[in-house]
Amino acid sequence: MTILRTDGITMRFGGVVAVNNLQIDINEHEIVALIGPNGAGKTTAFNMITGVYTPTSGNVIYTDASGNDIRITGKKPSAIAKLGIARTFQNIRLFKELSVYENVMIAKHLHLKSDFMSAALHLPHYNAEQRQAEAEVEELLKKVNLWDLREEKAFSLPYGQQRHLEIVRALATNPRLLLLDEPAAGMNPKETDELTDFISQIRDEYNLTIFMIEHHMDLVMGISDRIYVLDFGQTIASGTPLEIQNNERVIAAYLGVEEDA
Amino acid sequence: MANKRNLILTIILLAAFFALAWYVNFETDSYIRRVVNLCMVYAIIGLSMNLTNGFTGQFSLGQAGFMAIGAYVVGIFTVPVALRPAVFYAAPMNPLIADIYMPLWLALIIGGLLAALVAFLIGTPVLRLRGDYLAVATLGFSEIIRIVITNAQTITNGALGIKDIPPLNDVRYIFAFTALVFIFITALINSSYGRAFKAIREDEIAAEAMGIDLFKHKCLAFMISAFFAGIGGGLYGALLGTVDPKNFLFTLTYNFLLIIVLGGMGSITGSMIGAVLVTAGLEFLRVFDEPLDLFGMAIPLFRPGFRMVIFSVLLMVLVLFWRHGIMGTREFTWDKFIAFCKNPFGFFGRKGARKA
Amino acid sequence: MEFFQAIFNMSGASFAQHMVNGISLGSLYAMIAIGYTMVYGILLMINFAHGDIVMMACYFAFFGITVFNIPWYLTFVGVIIATALLGVVIERTAYRPLRDAPKNSVLISAIGASFLLENLANYLFSGRPLRFPNIEFLAQNIDIAGIQVQAISLVIPVVTMLCLVVLLHIVNHTKIGMSMRAVSKDYEIARVMGINIDNVISITFAIGSILAAIGAIMWGIRYPGITPLLGVMPGLKCFIAAVIGGIGNIKGAVLGGFILGLGEILIVAFFPQLSGYRDAFAFIVLIVILFYKPTGLLGEKTTEKV
Repeated sequence: MTILRTDGITMRFGGVVAVNNLQIDINEHEIVALIGPNGAGKTTAFNMITGVYTPTSGNVIYTDASGNDIRITGKKPSAIAKLGIARTFQNIRLFKELSVYENVMIAKHLHLKSDFMSAALHLPHYNAEQRQAEAEVEELLKKVNLWDLREEKAFSLPYGQQRHLEIVRALATNPRLLLLDEPAAGMNPKETDELTDFISQIRDEYNLTIFMIEHHMDLVMGISDRIYVLDFGQTIASGTPLEIQNNERVIAAYLGVEEDA
Repeated sequence: MANKRNLILTIILLAAFFALAWYVNFETDSYIRRVVNLCMVYAIIGLSMNLTNGFTGQFSLGQAGFMAIGAYVVGIFTVPVALRPAVFYAAPMNPLIADIYMPLWLALIIGGLLAALVAFLIGTPVLRLRGDYLAVATLGFSEIIRIVITNAQTITNGALGIKDIPPLNDVRYIFAFTALVFIFITALINSSYGRAFKAIREDEIAAEAMGIDLFKHKCLAFMISAFFAGIGGGLYGALLGTVDPKNFLFTLTYNFLLIIVLGGMGSITGSMIGAVLVTAGLEFLRVFDEPLDLFGMAIPLFRPGFRMVIFSVLLMVLVLFWRHGIMGTREFTWDKFIAFCKNPFGFFGRKGARKA
Repeated sequence: MEFFQAIFNMSGASFAQHMVNGISLGSLYAMIAIGYTMVYGILLMINFAHGDIVMMACYFAFFGITVFNIPWYLTFVGVIIATALLGVVIERTAYRPLRDAPKNSVLISAIGASFLLENLANYLFSGRPLRFPNIEFLAQNIDIAGIQVQAISLVIPVVTMLCLVVLLHIVNHTKIGMSMRAVSKDYEIARVMGINIDNVISITFAIGSILAAIGAIMWGIRYPGITPLLGVMPGLKCFIAAVIGGIGNIKGAVLGGFILGLGEILIVAFFPQLSGYRDAFAFIVLIVILFYKPTGLLGEKTTEKV
């Protein structure tokens, strides 16, 4: 079943067309990758889906758990997050001065059922909700070996762990669709391998659908069910990893040709 | 359990402060009482400003305006009905409100609620603005509130102000309010909403991506801040015994700016400390407003206005050289205090110390 | 004329009078607004102290002419130089040290500088209103087509336009102007390209302060009461004027200044019962503009990269 599709969204910034008529379909439980050279418009596409930008034209349609199609074009990012779409950022946007623990707990706020006064006064049913949230956060942090570092300020973590923290923070919102923007950026091959396993694992464990921008081809080819290739804001190819690897246009624009031995 | 221990310690501390308030109330002279009361009222308003500026990262300069609303509600409704015609001598009080009398506690709460309502109305357009724009807009609205008060002759007595407000100098009463505000704000900051506010301060875009409705939360912080500023303003009016539009010039807000910068923007205990230091300091600095005799020579340097020059220099020196203030974003906690007691020198050398 | 009277409940002569006042006030606002917009264009900060610089210039003029009896033409030159120096000093002490600090700190420093100037004026010159020196030939009334106009009211718009022309020439056709535009477009790149950022910023402040001084002198002649807080409301309004016109845009600041000046005078002219609320006009316009065209009338849209 489709979980997200864009019916030809376009993004214009003044005279520049950053994304042109993008048509993407993502099915539940898939891992779909979005690849392409720098400046191709990949993060812009993410921003249109998550509500940071409103597409100049076209619509983004999200299908919720009950099968209802919801037009999320132009909705605020916070509303889209509540519907079940979470994301990470290309340039890591952690809450730097807050602790690891607080970073992830914040992600639990959007599902808070208690009203404001109950929360402010720490009434019993709010406390119960919090204990539940704390348990979930503990589990997530333990999964990425950050539980022992939970009181540390986010900015003080090493780079790789900051990336992990950002991912579990997004997971803490209980999303159905997770958008990862270059999760392996700056990682060495070993870390990338671990991340590949991790993504596969959370997809299975949390019943997720994953849409990912990435440059590390090992990660992309190793784990994706399908790939879209973007260049100058347009899709130049889409298909399975094998198809993409053998696509001449993609090779010319992005992947590069193998040197003759 | 640590939490139980902390709770008991806090209760003991509050009781001790209350006993101190009792003592100050009955055993010291009226000047000391006034200063102590002013410290506590300034603490309330400082906390309210820290909520928006320090915790949520929304730089608002509107406290004086919200204080004015609370002060005037107290002024209008707590003056005994019989005395009002004498106060409103230039133009009689609006008949709709002329006979309504409220006890102080009710006037305080209504003043706070009215301030929160005004904050909502102002906030709707203004909270979409970034940093400096928000500061200017809230400053402007603070002045507009004052302008409206100055012009609404039959309701507020205009530029004449309202006098004969039943004076409040019971230290225990004010302490009770201060303690309640302190407890509420501490509880709020340590709740899910408090974390949401801090998230907005740290990174609005990430906060939004995590499902936090920016406008709703900014508005909430703004309204709560205004509510407490209104209560503080009401207490302020009762302390003074009169209210006058000139009392609530935007420059009054700068006092609280100094308090939160000195104490640490983002620290509740910091604001309390800042309030005490600034209020006491301002009183102490009065010395410089009078001609001073040194070695038998009158020094012409010290005359009215010098106190505020020192004050403004202090604000600048603080922000240039010590912008984190005393506490930065840290809080006093029992755990840290006990750790300090056990090992005073080791306490300051901990790893994980803040980057400047 | 009668037709006019019937529609607007005001004589043609009165209306002309109000228009003259409005254009004068608008020009004064424009002169001050330019200073705000230039500084914001380069440093992305509000120079809270700008309005207070206007106030200090008025006091300088008072001291030069009334206290020290220096002829007015010399004093005015001195005022302009002193005010320019003041602006640069403020930049060096309050803003430059915080260039790499979080935005809030610069804002607080600006507030501190503004507050310091106000308190210094209060302390040095007392809070009693002083009278701006009377320059007879400028303050006299001239009869034009039946309406009484103060000579200064004719001078103000002319001086303002002259200053604007000179300023635009500097910004668009000189090397220093090009540096200023480069820094306001992209600070980091300008620095890497070898532009001396410190100098450019100081010159920007100096120019803004010079305009403020000229504006202050004209203001003082037109509205002779000087108090320490004289710069506050005009300062706020002029910043709003700069925002209305599109912050960072010099022509926009002038446009915004005229809109606010004219609007304020005309609203009070047509609705005298609202005169107590005249200061609120600027804020209402601000809210309206921010709702419908947040980048201002002549501003450009910028998007933040996420």
